[in-house]
Amino acid sequence: MSTEPLTDPVTGARAQQGGDPFAASARETTEGRVYTVTGGDWDEFIEETSGEDRVVINLGPQHPSTHGVLRLVLELEGETVVKARSVIGYLHTGIEKNTEYRTWTQGVTFVTRMDYLAPLYNEAAYCLGVEKLLRIEAPQRAQTIRVLLMELNRISSHLVFLATGAMELGSTTGMTFGFRDREEVLHLLEFLTGLRMNHAFIRPGGVAQDLPENYREKILEFCKVMDSRLPDYDKLFSGQPIWKQRLQNVGYLPLDACLALGATGPLLRSAGLAWDLRKVEPYCGYEQFDFEVPTSTDADCFARFLLRVEEIRQSLRIIRQCLDKLEPGPVMVDDPKIAWPAQLTIGPDGMGNSLEHVRKIMGQSMESLIHHFKLVTEGFDVPPGQAYSPVEAPRGELGYHVVSDGGTRPMRVHVRDPSFVNLQAFPAMAEGGLVADVIAAVASIDPVMGGVDR
Amino acid sequence: MTENQTAPDPGEKGSSAERPGPGLEPASEGEGSQAQQHGPVVAGRSRRGMFGVSGSGDTSGYGGLRLPAYVPPASERPYGGWFDEVADNLVVALQEKGIPDAVQQITVDRGEITFYVDPGHLVETCRTLRDDPALRFELCSSVSGVDYGPDVPQRLHSVYHLTSLTYRRRIRVEVAADWPNGTGEPPRVPSVVEVFPTADFQEREAWDMFGIVYEGHPALTRILMPDDWDGHPQRKDYPLGGIPVEYKGAEIPPPDQRRAYT
Repeated sequence: MSTEPLTDPVTGARAQQGGDPFAASARETTEGRVYTVTGGDWDEFIEETSGEDRVVINLGPQHPSTHGVLRLVLELEGETVVKARSVIGYLHTGIEKNTEYRTWTQGVTFVTRMDYLAPLYNEAAYCLGVEKLLRIEAPQRAQTIRVLLMELNRISSHLVFLATGAMELGSTTGMTFGFRDREEVLHLLEFLTGLRMNHAFIRPGGVAQDLPENYREKILEFCKVMDSRLPDYDKLFSGQPIWKQRLQNVGYLPLDACLALGATGPLLRSAGLAWDLRKVEPYCGYEQFDFEVPTSTDADCFARFLLRVEEIRQSLRIIRQCLDKLEPGPVMVDDPKIAWPAQLTIGPDGMGNSLEHVRKIMGQSMESLIHHFKLVTEGFDVPPGQAYSPVEAPRGELGYHVVSDGGTRPMRVHVRDPSFVNLQAFPAMAEGGLVADVIAAVASIDPVMGGVDR
Repeated sequence: MTENQTAPDPGEKGSSAERPGPGLEPASEGEGSQAQQHGPVVAGRSRRGMFGVSGSGDTSGYGGLRLPAYVPPASERPYGGWFDEVADNLVVALQEKGIPDAVQQITVDRGEITFYVDPGHLVETCRTLRDDPALRFELCSSVSGVDYGPDVPQRLHSVYHLTSLTYRRRIRVEVAADWPNGTGEPPRVPSVVEVFPTADFQEREAWDMFGIVYEGHPALTRILMPDDWDGHPQRKDYPLGGIPVEYKGAEIPPPDQRRAYT
């Protein structure tokens, strides 16, 4: 929607002469009369269009209810949506292309910025793909740390779903709850990895460094906080009549539609299929953990909300089990051709260097310096071939199709992002419903535009 | 359309709804399905020398290095695990459909099985993979274009990752786009949207990024780039772009002009 006063193409006169630039305006085009409304001026629009059969509404890309820079084009008959289409691409950043010009290790810092609410899943899936190409496996401790971080990330991502979903449906209390608790996760992730988001902590061959001291106490403290706060969501939402009326029997997507449209994650599980890659094709040692995959057969927005809250509980269970499983050991493969030689230690700035290592390469061993330099600037060779590595991200199957031609840079990194694929299900969920239900349907898909557009 | 309007009318050349010219209709079985003689699948570029430098009068010997392009080898039976079962069932099912030569090559690598399929029989092969009770690959997880570089014959590939929820299996189906050299024609691959509706967005993305024309796609338009964009950004001969950056007095060239070691 334009914020400029529009010029009438016929008369050439400004629609608004020095008045409110955000006021409603109208102009004639070949496709019919086009109105610009910016909120608060819908009454005029409704009066003017009272005789029309069909109205096409353009919602977004800048709109607080569309979950990011998503643009929805809705064809309305009265208040019923007869046709809905999504328009994407407003956040396209060319990350896939960029990775082809960096080393395999540098790729991690790119992919972590795609689905910015689930950065650790992007890192883990990418690294699993690279490790498959390299035919190596990360050490046990690194695998467990990955699981720990991914489950923390699932909690933070689902909390954002609750927060933004609630806000889009008008519950600002839900938003403050969700973002308050997400902040707890981000503080913990900052303590563990050095960064709140875009960690680049999981690397091909393991993780960047070991967990800091006192990690156990901090994580247990966090689990306790979450345990005390999760019931708040049930109190606020689960039995609340308005929340139920907005979500129950809305955004219906049955199992066959899910499969045809490729919807995975909570959408698929809300339709009744317990398809969770952590269970059906375990990676990173998920088969050793004891947790449930919640499902529902309602296939509506309310079921998806309940599933996500339950998944937070299951994630907390996995996190507690991780703490018991963390045995001392290396966090990076024992291969000097892949692992960076410096064991970086966290300094006061969150990142840092190993003084011991610097002393060695600068003062004692020329060969170590050359090796370090070549490994960091040139990267390691990856044998030619291709691999597909799927993980169960908060929004569904996140798959990395990585292709190598034998060099130190990827030939191709393709991301099968669950938000991108699930968004195709939006017309099937929204058409035939009311315009208010469109917002609920989009919120229940929970698309992250950074992942959709990449 | 008024005089001062710069955007073309809908359906005109250059507009977002540009109608494709004739020749883009889905090819019917038989006549249009160029079941051409297929050579080895080249999946990578050959390299010579080091550091991407040539003609420098290098006498160190590095300039004489030769690395041939990677060609994924066809695997020998037994493939191992459930791969043999899937391959057998697929071969039998395709024979029943009368297209025994649809699968050109089977490669097992890194615990994943890849079927290289003749593009002319792609849709029927996918339908068989989805519907056959012994195969049941119900979910098309991912569709991705891959560009193996301007020097490679049949450089553009379309790769499908299919998942069987019934049997918990994953396979990869790969086709090389038909791209007659020197004719100015776009590369073509039949669309699998009629079999897997989820391929809709993903094929649009591959068209947008690689310029692969998916014949039979209901609305093959750009999806990530603006409608009026020129070129297909993820092709290897499309420049990455970027500007040099000065850092502490030194100038860092843009990423695509930095020294490459591959």
